[in-house]
Amino acid sequence: MKYRNNKLSVIRLQEKFEAYLLNHAHGLFSSLGRLSRTPFTSAMTVLVLAVVISLAGGFYVMVANVQQLTGHLQSSNQMSLFLKDTVSENAGQKLIEQLKQNPGVDTVTYISKAQALEEFKTNSGFGDALNALDSNPLPSVIQLLPKRALETKEDIQRLQTEFKQLPQVDFVQVDMAWVEKVQTIVLTVTVAVKLVSALLGFAVTFITGNTIRLELHNRQDEVFISKLVGATDGFIQRPFLYTGFWLGFIAGFLGWLIVTIILLILEGPVEKLSALYNGSFELQFLSFSEFFLLLIMAPGLAVLGSWGVLNYQLRHLKPQ
Amino acid sequence: MLRFDHVCKRYPDAGDALVDVSFHLGKGEMAFLTGRSGAGKSTLLKLIAMMEQCSRGTISLDEQNISRITERRIPFLRRDLGLIFQDYKLLNDRTVFDNVALPLIISGVKHQEISRRVRAALNKVSLRNKEKKYPLALSGGEQQRVGIARAIVNKPKLILADEPTGNLDPDLSAEVMHMFEEFKQVGVSVLVATHDIELIQRMEYRVLTLDKGHLIAS
Repeated sequence: MKYRNNKLSVIRLQEKFEAYLLNHAHGLFSSLGRLSRTPFTSAMTVLVLAVVISLAGGFYVMVANVQQLTGHLQSSNQMSLFLKDTVSENAGQKLIEQLKQNPGVDTVTYISKAQALEEFKTNSGFGDALNALDSNPLPSVIQLLPKRALETKEDIQRLQTEFKQLPQVDFVQVDMAWVEKVQTIVLTVTVAVKLVSALLGFAVTFITGNTIRLELHNRQDEVFISKLVGATDGFIQRPFLYTGFWLGFIAGFLGWLIVTIILLILEGPVEKLSALYNGSFELQFLSFSEFFLLLIMAPGLAVLGSWGVLNYQLRHLKPQ
Repeated sequence: MLRFDHVCKRYPDAGDALVDVSFHLGKGEMAFLTGRSGAGKSTLLKLIAMMEQCSRGTISLDEQNISRITERRIPFLRRDLGLIFQDYKLLNDRTVFDNVALPLIISGVKHQEISRRVRAALNKVSLRNKEKKYPLALSGGEQQRVGIARAIVNKPKLILADEPTGNLDPDLSAEVMHMFEEFKQVGVSVLVATHDIELIQRMEYRVLTLDKGHLIAS
């Protein structure tokens, strides 16, 4: 007898679980149906969310692209010694011999005024403009690579001051310095973008929460009646949570679509720009895994916002 | 089945709504609850429906103390009650079938079982052929019967009816009362709040009368 009772209760539990799953499935689809019955209101909310999400997604892609761009820049310790205009070709060559003797120097390359002009003409795209000039405005440059042993900043700086004092040298530029500067700027922008994205995430949460609050208000009678016939808060909030889920999901997809369309529009011009700079830069789109992540995060934030509002409101909604 | 022991209810701004109310309603017993407006009828019903808590005393339903319970347990205890309202409280955007099915869905009853029990309940109130209609397409009497079907579909232990005949003509009222008598016969306790004196006098059942929060006759 006891065995039969146990078996019976297991079957009952199973039935309850099936009914529970069925209830979830019903909530999932009925909330979608409900959204489609008020197309205008739903579309407004979804579009606002989509724009917010596309902003976050857009910033993200922007940072990814800038990082790709600066990733090419290796921080080397290469130094460029810009020679004074008065220094002749011969004097330049002499200086090179002198520099080669320096114990701190590994390799030295000389770029004459003429070479520099030629290089600039082919790479910059301003060749025609330069042709219009009477004389060559570019200085001669000596590029040198310090020995590996001089890796610390102080060593490099010492070398820099030493070269600066040479009479033929106008000024000395250490590549590392500007690479570092660019990388610091990129880092700052990245942090800023992350903060803004977090704010946009909050916006998704609050926009959805507010929409759900209004929806709850519109369906107050239903909530009261359900409570009176024995519904738990969990049961009552389920369809609303699914509404939040759909809002986030559809908006997430639309947000991705917006970002992708913008990138497609930008692709042509960026390619042109990249070609002008002789670069191999290729515009990055959101990858599949990033798209997937977006489709998880957008509804996740939306459900979170809905849940917060429902949790608070349902406790205070008492049937009259 | 339903027991009130020295129950008091005081509202912070409106004063005493119920003062030292005690009575017992047995299993399968039917009673009327009456009194003028403001005598405390609604308060008493709200206490039973766990919409409010009493200030003093105890209320028990089927040996369970419902006067001091956590929010969490309220939904489950309410499933033992069948509530019927003067304004029916139906969901107008759902069919008659879905309205009656609501308590069963909430309780997690199996799909096929739901259809069977909803149809049985609709049969009992003679609305079997209206299950696909929406409430607003029905007459007042029919809507009230939908409300009754919803109240009995989950086999409650106690039916609470608040002015169930308030919006109905005498013939329909008699019909509704007749249904209540049928439920009583299958062991369900029924408490009907009304100020329809004629109705009360026509049917010879126990009458609980409230006056200014005091139970003056039971």
